[in-house]
Amino acid sequence: MPPRIQIISILICVFLVAYVFELVRRKHLSEEYSMGWLLTGTSMLILSVSEGAIKWVSGLVGATLFTSTLFFFGLLFLMVICLHFSIRISALTKQVRTLTQHIGILDHEKKALEEKVNQPPWQTGTSGLEQI
Amino acid sequence: MKTLSYQTFKSETHKETAAIQKDDLETFSSQEPLTQPPKTLIIIPAYNEGKNIGAVLEGIQKQSPGIPILVIDDGSSDNTEKIVREHNAKVISLPYNSGYGVALQTGFLYAVKNNFSIVIQMDSDGQHDPANIKDLMEEVQKDNCDVVIGSRFLSKDSYKTSLARHAGMFIFGNIASLFCGQKVTDPTSGFQALKGRAIEFIASDNYPPDYPDADFIILMNRCGFKIKEIPVTMHASPDKESMHHGHKTVYYVFKMFLSIFVTLLRKSPKR
Repeated sequence: MPPRIQIISILICVFLVAYVFELVRRKHLSEEYSMGWLLTGTSMLILSVSEGAIKWVSGLVGATLFTSTLFFFGLLFLMVICLHFSIRISALTKQVRTLTQHIGILDHEKKALEEKVNQPPWQTGTSGLEQI
Repeated sequence: MKTLSYQTFKSETHKETAAIQKDDLETFSSQEPLTQPPKTLIIIPAYNEGKNIGAVLEGIQKQSPGIPILVIDDGSSDNTEKIVREHNAKVISLPYNSGYGVALQTGFLYAVKNNFSIVIQMDSDGQHDPANIKDLMEEVQKDNCDVVIGSRFLSKDSYKTSLARHAGMFIFGNIASLFCGQKVTDPTSGFQALKGRAIEFIASDNYPPDYPDADFIILMNRCGFKIKEIPVTMHASPDKESMHHGHKTVYYVFKMFLSIFVTLLRKSPKR
């Protein structure tokens, strides 16, 4: 691998890993979601640093250029992370939908109760609070 | 002497009361038919329908007086909620626009929570004729029916729609007919009557949140619900675009094919 691309690759991976740690430390990123990024950054760092590792992996996937191996695995990791996020977003959408429906129903019931409470006693025979 | 805790006492008393009520009911039902009408609710999802909802509610109140109406205001930015309240109908306001399926399902959740045994669902744009509510109710109360779909294509009146929409209804209607083993002419109809377990089924996780359509009819059929179509009158709503317009048409066609495919692959959920 040409030394320039190797250095750039190492720097990017080091920056990514360090930045993810910093985001977790500042509580801007939860531990759960940091795992995919740390795994991606560390794997790419190992491939960039170790000539033997990248040679072995390139032979395994049949790549002639080491840089192609880096791009290939970079893309693969990103695809996995995107799929993981799509799954999480689907689950969150479902949760938000359920919450929205329950908020709507609870709000309706709250208003109905408020109407009952505020109704004058001579209209119902008993006071609103007694009805509840 | 046997000492009962409050919970045991409560539960045993409840069991006894339930048994007595059951006996009473059986004796009563064997002697004469129940005169008590089934608890019915009309559900109308509405989004920015301030212009039409008033006339729709008046039409229902005139044709089917006494049946409670529940409008689910799907995050409207106009005066839909105010108009519904002025017409003495119940309204559930969702905090933001969540889509037709979510709004409709909210109504079914409310119906389950409040023990309604029959639910009529209809649109808020005046497309559905309130005069047909009676027909849907009569049909759904029969023993061999859980869901009644009001079909515009079984009616003598001709329903005018765009060629693309007509083609879509034809294709998905035929697919639904094929997998249900019965003729389904109008899978997109939102004018339906449901009873009992069918109401609970819609309130469950099985309901598609965006476009409940041919896929859901196939799912209900696979779960053993008896579905029937009856002719209804539908008016075109010229001032409003369909929810399947523009780029949404492409998504709708894709979603429907995918949803039907995975519905057939999945194990049928329990009723």
